[in-house]
Amino acid sequence: MHGRVKIKSTAQQEEEKRKEREKKLKIYVAARDACFSKRKEGIWDDEALQLTQQLLSSNPDFATLWNYRREILMHLETVKDEDEVQKIYEAELSFLESCLKVNPKSYGSWHHRGWVSARLPRPDWARELSLCDRCLSLDDRNFHCWDYRRMVVKMSGVPVDQELGFTDRLIGSNFSNYSSWHYRSTLLPLLHPESPEPPSPCREPPHSSPPPSPQTHSHRVCEEQLLKEYELVQNAFFTDPNDQSAWFYYRWLLGRAEREEMISCVYVSRDEERVAVAFSRPVNAQSVGLLLVLDGQPQRVEWRSVHPRFKHSPVWICDLPPGTISDITNEHNLTVHWTEKHTHRDCALYTGRTESWCRDSATDQELFRSELSVEKTSVLQSELQSCNQLQELEPLNKWCLLTIILLMRALDPLGYEKETLAHFQTLKEVDSMRSAYYGDLCSKFMIENTILKMEYAEVRVFSISDKNLTTLCHLDQLLLVTHINLSSNQLQQLPPQFAMLQCLEVLEADNNSIENLEGVYHLPKLEEVLLKNNKISTLADLQPLASCPKLKRLDLRGNPVTQTANIESELAELLPSVTDLLL
Amino acid sequence: MLTLAPLIHCLYAAESLTESVAAAAFSRVGQRVLHVDRRSYYAGNWASFTFSGLLTWIQQHHVTLLIKEAQDWSSLLEEGEELIHLSHSDCASIRNLQVFCFTSEEDEEEEAPNTTEEETGGTKETGEEEEEVREEEEVREEEQTTPSAALRQSEPTKKKISYAQLLKEGRRFNIDLVSKLMYSRGSLVDLLIKSNVSRYAEFKNVTRILTYRDRQVEQVPCSRADVFASRQLSVVEKRKLMRFLTSCVEETEEQRAYNGRPYLEFLRDRQLGDNLQHFLLHSIAMVTEDTPTEEGLASTRHFLRCLGRYGNTPFLFPVYGLGEIPQCFCRMCAVFGGIYCLRHSVDGVVVDRDSNRCKAVIDSRGQRITCSHFVVEEGYVAADRKRVATPTRFLSRAVLITDGSILPSDSDQQVSMVTVPPIAAGCPAVKMVELCSSTMTCMPGTYLVHLTCQSVGSAYEDLSPVVTRMFRTPESHDQETCPSVLWCLYFNMTDGSGLEAEGHNLPSNVYVCSGPDGDLGHELAIRQAESIFQKILPEEDFCPPAPNPEDIIYDGDNTSSSAGGEEEKEENDGVAEEEKQEEEKEMLEEEKEMLEEEKEITDM
Repeated sequence: MHGRVKIKSTAQQEEEKRKEREKKLKIYVAARDACFSKRKEGIWDDEALQLTQQLLSSNPDFATLWNYRREILMHLETVKDEDEVQKIYEAELSFLESCLKVNPKSYGSWHHRGWVSARLPRPDWARELSLCDRCLSLDDRNFHCWDYRRMVVKMSGVPVDQELGFTDRLIGSNFSNYSSWHYRSTLLPLLHPESPEPPSPCREPPHSSPPPSPQTHSHRVCEEQLLKEYELVQNAFFTDPNDQSAWFYYRWLLGRAEREEMISCVYVSRDEERVAVAFSRPVNAQSVGLLLVLDGQPQRVEWRSVHPRFKHSPVWICDLPPGTISDITNEHNLTVHWTEKHTHRDCALYTGRTESWCRDSATDQELFRSELSVEKTSVLQSELQSCNQLQELEPLNKWCLLTIILLMRALDPLGYEKETLAHFQTLKEVDSMRSAYYGDLCSKFMIENTILKMEYAEVRVFSISDKNLTTLCHLDQLLLVTHINLSSNQLQQLPPQFAMLQCLEVLEADNNSIENLEGVYHLPKLEEVLLKNNKISTLADLQPLASCPKLKRLDLRGNPVTQTANIESELAELLPSVTDLLL
Repeated sequence: MLTLAPLIHCLYAAESLTESVAAAAFSRVGQRVLHVDRRSYYAGNWASFTFSGLLTWIQQHHVTLLIKEAQDWSSLLEEGEELIHLSHSDCASIRNLQVFCFTSEEDEEEEAPNTTEEETGGTKETGEEEEEVREEEEVREEEQTTPSAALRQSEPTKKKISYAQLLKEGRRFNIDLVSKLMYSRGSLVDLLIKSNVSRYAEFKNVTRILTYRDRQVEQVPCSRADVFASRQLSVVEKRKLMRFLTSCVEETEEQRAYNGRPYLEFLRDRQLGDNLQHFLLHSIAMVTEDTPTEEGLASTRHFLRCLGRYGNTPFLFPVYGLGEIPQCFCRMCAVFGGIYCLRHSVDGVVVDRDSNRCKAVIDSRGQRITCSHFVVEEGYVAADRKRVATPTRFLSRAVLITDGSILPSDSDQQVSMVTVPPIAAGCPAVKMVELCSSTMTCMPGTYLVHLTCQSVGSAYEDLSPVVTRMFRTPESHDQETCPSVLWCLYFNMTDGSGLEAEGHNLPSNVYVCSGPDGDLGHELAIRQAESIFQKILPEEDFCPPAPNPEDIIYDGDNTSSSAGGEEEKEENDGVAEEEKQEEEKEMLEEEKEMLEEEKEITDM
C-alpha cells in the first residue's frame, strides 16, 4: 500500500543488531587487552583511566579494572596537587553515577564509590546522601545503596533525628521494607534511650566525632517513644497483617533487655563430692575465671561441662578433692566466684545433709517472660487487646496468632495455657509448612509451664506426660530434678543437654519415639530408666547408659533392640549394674 | 494543498479526541487523511487555552454568529447526487457562559473596605439572567463590573494576585474545556503505550484523592501506603478497608447475591462504618447511592486495577493539560502523512442517491473534495439527521483560579482529585480536579480547579453552591481558612454520551462522533475511535506501535519504492516526505519517559 512508512523487517533488524554486537565485542576485547598489558607494565596514565572508563561503563562488574583504576588514582594523588585531585575524584564520582545507571546493584561501582568518597579531599556528603535517596526511591531494597548510605551518614555525622525522619519517609511510602524498620531500631535507642541520660548528641557538628554506634548503647527505648512506635507498627500490621517486616519490628519493640549475667544455682553433693554450677547463659567455665572457695580456701578443681560435646554450657561440674566434704558431721560453706563478672554465689552444706543448693528459681527470675518485654503489664495488656481485635478480623493470620501467644506468655503463662494451646493448634493448621516449628515452640512453652508448676509445688519431680512434646529444652533449669516423667510424647532423642539433670534418679520416658540416649551420660544418681515402646534399635544406642554407675532397673520392652540375638548377655556385659531388666 | 483532494481516503471535520485518535490510526496504516476544522485552534471542545486564549474563546461565544445563508452549491453536484448541509455553528454545544472575577483589576494597594452588598447583588442579577443563551450584553457588562466591584471588597490580609497579574502571566495557564483524568489502566493509557504516542507528552501522577464530607475536605486513603499513613482511620477500620478492597478484586457468590440491589446496601451489610462507606461509595467507586451493586463493584475494581501502576492514585494527568492528548494523536497522524487545515469548514456532504454513500464534501470556499469516508463531529450534523438522547444532556462545568489548595499539605504541588457527594437531595455529585502549577496549567501561586457534574440546572446553579461552600468568594461566609477564588468561569457543554452509536439518518460512509462526555476517564472517545476504525478497516491493526527511527527505511535506502505510483503522489512524496522524515526523526528521538517509567515499574 502506498504512503506507508517502510519499516525494516525483523530479520534485517536482527542482522543489524548482530553486526553491531560483533563490532562492540571487538572494541571491548581490544580495550581490555590494552588495559591488561598496561597494568602489567605498571603504566598509570590518563589513557589507562580512559580505557578502563570505557570498559567499566559498559560492564561495571569488572573488579580487576576497578582495582587498576584505584592504582592509577592513588598514583595520581602523589603527583597532583589537592585541587587537581579533587577534580579527578569529582569526575570519578560522576562517572560512577553513570555506571550505577547501567546497573544500580553493581558491587564494583558501589565499592568504588565508597573508596572515592573516603579519599575525596573535600567531600560533598549532602550530594551523596541525595544520590542514595534517589536510588532508594527507585528500589528501596537496594542493599548496596543502604550500605553506602550508612557509610555516608557515619562520615558526615548526619543527626540521628534526621535519620529517623528518613526512615519515617521510607516507611510511609512502603512499610514492607524491613531495611527501614531495622534502621529505625538502631536509631531509636540513640535518640530516645531508656535511661534518663540526656539524649545522645543530635546536633553534633560534622566530624567532631562519629555518632555513637548502636552497639555501645542500651538497646532499649524510653516508654513514651515506645508507645508511639507501637501505634506506628500497629498501623502497618492492621493495614497488611501478612507483611512480616512490621511483625518483626513489633517483636523487637516488645523484646526485653538481655538477662543479667549471673550464677543462677550452686549445687553440692556430699556423696559424689561434687559441685554443679548453673549460669544464666552458656559459658566456657574454663576461660571465664571461675573460682571455687570451700570454707575460705580456694580450691584447685577441674571444671567440666556435663557432656564432652559442649565447649559452652550453662551447667558445669567439678569434683572436690576426695575426702574434703565426705564427713557428714561437718558443715561446709561454699562460694563460687565468677570473677569476670564480679559476681558470686554462696552455698552452705549443713551437718547431716547429703546435699545442698542455693539458687534463684525460674519464677524468681521471671525467666520465661523474658522473650517479651515487660515494660508494664498494662502496656502488654493493651497490646494483647489490639492483637485480639486483629485476630477477630483475621482469625487465620499466623503472625497475629504467634504474637498473641507471645504476649500471653509474657502476661500470664499458666493462666493463658489453654488459649495458647488452642492458638498453636490453629497455627499448625494454617501454616502447615511450619508445623514442626510450632510443635517445638509449643513444647518449649509447655516445659516452661511445667517448670513453673513444679516450683510452685516446691517438688523435685518434673512430670510432663502426654503433651505432644517434640523437643526438650530448659534442661539447665532441671538441675535439681530427681524424678522426670516424659511418657507419651513425641520425643526422638534425649539430647546431650539431658546430662544437666545431675540429680536425676528415675527417668520415665515410655511411649515416645526415642532412638538416641546420648544425654543419659554420667548421671551419678540415676537408678531407673523406663523406655518402654520406643525406637531404640541397637546396643550401641544404649552405650551412654554404661556411664551411669547406679543404674539398676531398665525397661526396654517394645523396642527393636530387644530382637537382637543374645541381647540379655550383651546387656549384662554392657550394663553390669543393672539387676532388673525388662525386655 | 487541496489539489490532493482525489486521494483522500478519510476526511475529518472538526477535531476532538475521538477524531484525532481515529485519524492517527488511519494515517498510521497508510490511509490518506485530511482534517479540516472551522476553528482556529486544535481539539475543539477538548482544547486547552492560555488565560487570554480562554478570554477570546469566551468572547467568541458571546458574539452572535451571523448565520450564513446556506449557499447554493448545486452547480458542483453531478447527476444523481444530492447535498446534505452541515451546520456552521458549534456554539450550540456551549451555553450559559458566566464569568466572575473576584480579584482586583490592577496590582494596586488596598482601598478602603466596603460592603460587599453591591457585589453580591450584581452576581445574583447575572445569575438570574443566565437562562438566555448567550446574552452577550449582560455578560459583558458583568465582565466589566465585576472587577471593579471586587476592588471595593474588603481586603484580605494576604495580598491577592490581581487580575492584571493573571493576564500578564496568562501564558502559564493551560485551561482545559473538559476535565478528565487518565485511568492508569484505562484504554487511553493503553493506547498511548501501544501506539508509542506517549513519547509526545509527559504525565504527572494525581497525588491524592480527596473528598468533601461534613463540610470538610478529607484525604481518601486508597493505596496501601495511604491506608497505613491515614490519621482519620482507626486500625480496625484500616483492616476492614484493606480486607474489603482485597476481597472485591474477585467476584464472589456473596457479591452476586446483591446484583440489582444498591451498592450502598452491599456496603452497609459489610459493616464497614460510615467513614469507609463514604470513601468507598463516593471516592473509590465514584457512584451514587442508588447505583446497583454490580456496577459499583465493577467501578471499584477498575479503580483498584489502576492503583499503584504509576503512583499512589489510579490517575495520571498530562503536563500542559488534557488538550495535549488530541494534539499528540494529531502529531502522530501528521508524521504518517495526515494533512491539517484549520479555519476551514465543510458546508455539505455530496451523496450519491443510488448507493446512499458520501462521494465528496464541499468546503466553505466551494471546493469539492472527493473522499471515501467522512468522519464528522455531531455538532455539524443537523438535529433531524442524528439520534441523540432527549432531552439533550448537558454537563455543568466550572473553572476556578484560586490562591491556595483546598487541603494544604507539606507540598504545595499536589494534584488532587476531589469527589463532592450531592450537597443536598436532588443536587448532582460533583467531580473536582485541583491542579497545581507544576502541571503547567496555571501560574505559580495559583491553583486551577475544574468542577464537573451532570447538569440539573445551569452550570452556575449546579456548581456555585459547591464553590461557595468550599472556597472563599464574596458570597461565602466565615470561610477564612478556605482558598479564595480569584476568577471563575461557568458554562454548560453538551454531554457527548447522549449520542447514539447507530441509527443516524446519514450515508453509510459518514461517521458521527460525539463531543466530550461527563465520565472521568476517556473510555467513550477511545471506544468510538476504535469502532469507527474497525468499521472502515476491519482487517487492520488499530494504532500499532510507531517504529523506532532507526528501523525506518528512507527513500535513499530504497530508491525503487515509489515506482508505479501515481503522478501526484510522486510529486508530493518528493517534498512532503522529506519534510516529514525530518520532523519524524526529531520527534521519534524525543524522550520516552512514559515508557521508561512503565518499564521501571514492570522491572521491579
